[in-house]
Order: sequence, then structure tokens, then C-alpha cells
Amino acid sequence: MLLKELSALNGVSSNETTVRHFIRDRIQGKVETIRTDRLGNLLAGQGQGKKGPKIMLSAHMDEVGLMVVGIDPSGLLKIKTVGSIDERVLLSKRVLVGPQQIPGVIGAKPIHLQEREERQRPMKLSALFVDIGATDRSDAEKVVNIGDLIAFDTKPDLFGDGLFKGKALDDRAGCAVLLNLIEREYNLPLYYAFTVQEEVGLRGATVAAFGLNPDLAIVVETTSAGDVPPLKKHQASTRLGLGPAISVMDRSVIVHPKLVAQLVAVAEAAKIPYQFRQGTSGGTEAGAINQTRAGIPAAVISIPCRYIHSPVGVLNLNDFEQTINLIDAVLKNIEQRGLPV
Amino acid sequence: MQTEELLMALTNAVGPSGREDRAAQIIVDYFTTGEGQSWITGLQRDRLGNIILRKAGFGAHPPRIMLAAHLDEIGLIVTSLEEGFLRFSTIGGIDQRVLLGQEVTVHGREDLPGVVGAKPPHLQQPDERKKALKIEELVIDLGLDADRAASLVQVGDTITIKRDCSPLRNKYFAGKAMDDRAGVVALVECLRRLKDFRHEAEVLAVVTVQEELGVRGAFVSSYGLNPDLGIAVDVTHGEMPGLADYEGFKLGQGPVVVTGPQVHPYVFAKLKAAAEAGKIKYQVEAEVTPRGTDAYAIQVAQAGVASGLVCIPLRYMHTSVETLALDDLKECGRLLAEFIIQIDSGFLEGLACY
Repeated sequence: MLLKELSALNGVSSNETTVRHFIRDRIQGKVETIRTDRLGNLLAGQGQGKKGPKIMLSAHMDEVGLMVVGIDPSGLLKIKTVGSIDERVLLSKRVLVGPQQIPGVIGAKPIHLQEREERQRPMKLSALFVDIGATDRSDAEKVVNIGDLIAFDTKPDLFGDGLFKGKALDDRAGCAVLLNLIEREYNLPLYYAFTVQEEVGLRGATVAAFGLNPDLAIVVETTSAGDVPPLKKHQASTRLGLGPAISVMDRSVIVHPKLVAQLVAVAEAAKIPYQFRQGTSGGTEAGAINQTRAGIPAAVISIPCRYIHSPVGVLNLNDFEQTINLIDAVLKNIEQRGLPV
Repeated sequence: MQTEELLMALTNAVGPSGREDRAAQIIVDYFTTGEGQSWITGLQRDRLGNIILRKAGFGAHPPRIMLAAHLDEIGLIVTSLEEGFLRFSTIGGIDQRVLLGQEVTVHGREDLPGVVGAKPPHLQQPDERKKALKIEELVIDLGLDADRAASLVQVGDTITIKRDCSPLRNKYFAGKAMDDRAGVVALVECLRRLKDFRHEAEVLAVVTVQEELGVRGAFVSSYGLNPDLGIAVDVTHGEMPGLADYEGFKLGQGPVVVTGPQVHPYVFAKLKAAAEAGKIKYQVEAEVTPRGTDAYAIQVAQAGVASGLVCIPLRYMHTSVETLALDDLKECGRLLAEFIIQIDSGFLEGLACY
């Protein structure tokens, strides 16, 4: 299962190499052009000679994680977060450290030695560390360097009824959507951008969009689902099982209204379930792309995911399939009618 | 099975307090059909589920020594179902802060995978994010709709943390339920060593249940066996940032021999002497209360038992990444064997001579 393979790969922002190599091997021979730019974005092209608007589909390869910022004399690794992680999810988890994928754990002070009020406040990141079983600093330094990236050690798998759990679904699920579409043919010049460093500020998409200079970009993302008790319906940004989420606005972009209208019209015509992303927090690559050169219209279509940016996220496989179907339908619509904007 | 394989199999097994059967089966198999069967002269289980591994002694009136290590692990229990999600309470002492983002197994009609979730951070008010999430704010997501969940899970079903034991550097191991399955493995190590020795004392190695809820297995097994001498084998805190030097013991520097009200002074002295005779590195911990381990129960069984306490240093106790050094566990087993070899009826007579 492609999603399982992608989720199991480690690619914390700024070292997406493993993911890039996996995807490159996978699309080799299936696209007309492949190149990696200087930031590490993997850019694949199809239908170069074809008429019609140039479309960029983007999904980011990187995931949130941690970085080794110090090693204390006892051999414990001091850490900071790479990308946005609620520090409260870090306690009592397993991780893999650096290029050698050294197993480690994030420990916590035993409950027996805590004051009652300690348990009411989150552990500060500065009080957390990764234990790899080193006997002292020099022992740790044999296998770990300052600056090494740390990923959650989570085994992806099918979950519940038609769901899937794993780490890094944001945005390997988007990468899986693109890899699915790349197998199909469209009568359009199409670029597939597998981008880097989204989680630290949309860095990859910024230069990918400049380099490709498309007429339209569709960002395929994974977004936070809030269908968890005791949240009320109106509080959830998205819910699992209702189909792909179309963004009207987030912190980084207001999507062109005609573009939103076109996505909705296509979904309705093709009877593809969809929902609107009801929150406006969080930025996406559409924000960066929208501000590129003299302005490039960009839409965002997202797969809802519970517990995003934690060691284990949960998405609905039908939402995933319907996201592929919606983008497929949108591309066919553009083939026939061109761009709305 | 090598020591580390047994440790991994045992810590991966399911066995929250009161529901220790699956973990117990590993020990029962090991001593009835596995390599341990020739090391003992009898195995029985009492009505609470304690496993008693008996090895006969050779004297005319062999001193009867009980060893105890507990099999149960901390866990969770279902308190209600809500839209297919579960609300829960704890079995034993769990820091509410270590639960978020954990994968769990819900022991319903079948074992079901689950994830501990909560309201997403961006929907929390800034002041909420500064607080630890309370147990009441957490839910277990089964990925099932309400009807399916209700057909598979009911209130009172137990839940355990899903965590495979993982080897770290230097033969350190991290996983759940090291407290106190590491102690159970130390008992196995002790019996492994004793197989080559003729010793006067009769050994009653007890794998106890329900320690985490108030050393209940130890109360009834020590009453039932009424030993002359009893040693509890448990875990103590390993050194880590945030603990004072005297609170945390060094990993890899050997077992910890405890002194305090729950320990007979002559047993304490004899344990240290056994360590020195066997050239075993050890550490000493002073404990002001008799509570916290099976020694609490053993000491007051029937008309009173001379009790001792030996511990394995363990970091991050009561989390799912409890970390220890395998050497400490093995040396703990060796210390127990050395101690047993040295106990004769003369030592017993001296215990009442304060």
C-alpha cells in the first residue's frame, strides 16, 4: 500500500532525501521530465507540448519532527521542534534519530516524584530530551551529531472501519494523491511538484512556483479534522468521511472566488462528496504560490486528518480516494473549458 | 529463550492489574514446557492468579525463602462510550500528560487498536494550551462508528498502552511494563543460576498480581506460603534530569539494595554481603516509608516475615518508555541466587536476635 510506504519514510523538514528518492524511483519512466531544484523540490513534467493552461499540482514531502540541539554530559539529547508541534504530544514516545536511525525514547519524570500541581502544567520542551541508551556524551557522539533530525517512530496501518493511521500523513497523503494522478494522462501541460520545507514556512513551494511559473496551482494538503468529542459540529474545521475539504481562506491565502466556485461545480457535477474547510487558521503552500511573481492563482484541496502533527494521525481512505477523484475531475474540466480565472 | 527475548516478550504482553492472564501464560509455558521446567520442582497458581514457582531445598529443615516480583502493569479502563469514542479512567498511577498521542489496545470482545486523542490545539484557547490535558479531556478513537463501537466494547473493558519493547544502545531496553516484568525476569535469572547449585533453602519464587492497586497478590501469596524470609524484587527510579542524586540510581551500576522500615536489618546486611561475596556491583537506597512494593505485604504476613527489597534502576517509571540496562537485571538475578545459596537455618535463628 503506497500510503503505508510513504508514511513509514522519514523526512523531517530540510532532509526530505529518503522521500524524494522513493518518489523519484517510483515515477522514473512515467513522466517526460524530472529534476530536483537547489532546495530539493522534486519537479516532474507531463504534456509539455500540449496546449492549454499550465497546471502545477503540489504536495509537500516534509513532515514535522525534532532536531538535536545539544547533548548533555550524561548522553541525553536536547531537542527542539521542527515545524509546529504541540509539545504535549511528545511525552513517552519512540523516535528515530539522525541518518543512522538510532532508536530513542522521550522520557518523562515519574509520577511518583511529582508534586500534584506539576501534572496540571505541560512539560516544557526545555525539560524534554531523547534517551538513546548512551552512557555519556562521548558515547552518544559516536552515533549522533548536533543538527541531526528526529522523526516519530510509528508503524502505519489500517485502522477501524475504512480508516488509516500513521505519522507524516501531512503531507505524504498528498504525495500519494499526486503519485496516483501521475499514472493518468491529461491533455494539459502538467507539473507535479513534490516540495520541501513546507512545515517551516512554505519554503519549497515558494521557489518551485517561481521556477515553474504555472497558470494555476492546486495544492493537495492534509488538514486538521475536529470531529472528536466533546467538540460540537460547528467547531470542527473538517470531519472525516465527508470527502475532500475545499479551502476558501486560510491564514496565508484567500482563494480566488471563481476558482472555489469551479471546484464546487465540478464536485457537484461529478457527484463527488466535498466539504468546506471551516477554519481559517494554518497556512498552506497556496499562500506562497499566490504571491509568486505577478501572482499565480492557487487552490487548496485537503484530506481531513485527526491528530495531525502528532506521532499518529488518522484519515479516512474514502476521503483520500475522493480527493484523487475530485482533482481528476477538475483537470478534465480544465481540459475542456480552460481556467476560470 | 535468552534473557532479552523473555524481557521483550513479557513486556509486550498484555496484563493490566487484575487481568494478568496473557502475560502469566508466558511464565507458565516457560516453566512447564519451556527451558525452565527442569529448574523447579513445582508450579502452582493461587486463587488470585499469583504463580508460585517452587524449588526444593536440601536441608532437613530448609529455610523457606519467598521471592516476589509483580506481573501486572498499569492500564486504563473504559468508563463510557460517546459517539463511538471511549472515555476512560486509570488502573494504577498514570500521569495524565503521557497519554496524549499514544496508541492503545482496547480489550473488548476482541483486541481493538485505538489512539488517544483530544481537541486539536488550534481549537484550544491560548490559556488551555498552557495547561496539561486532563484525563477527562482525552478520548480513545477506535475509528469505528457509534454502533460498531457499542457492539465491540463495553464499560469496564480494560485498555493497555500499545508499545513494542525496543533495544537501545549498550543493551538498554525501553518499553512498557518494565515495572515490574523486569523483576519477574530477574526471578527467572535467579532460578536459571540456582539450577547448578545445591542449596539448603527452599525457594518460592512468586510472580504476583495486582501490585499496582495495593500489593494485593503479595498479601495473599505470602499468607498462603508463610515463608521464613521474603525478598521483593521491583524497580526503583533511574537517574535523569529533574531528579536529585539520591532519588535516581545509575543505570548499569548494578541492582539497588533498599533499607527502610519494610526491610529487616539483618536481611539488608546479608544482601550486601552476598553482593560482595559474588563481586556484584550494587547501590543502596534509603526509603522512609514501607509502602510501594510487595515487601510491604510480605513483612506483615501471618506472624511476620523477615523481608528484604532489591530493585532494578528504571528511568521514566509508569510511562510507556520505561528504560533499563539489561545488565542490572541480570546482576539482580545473580544477587538473589548468591543470597539464597548463603541462607541456612543458622541465619534464620539469628533473625530474631535483635
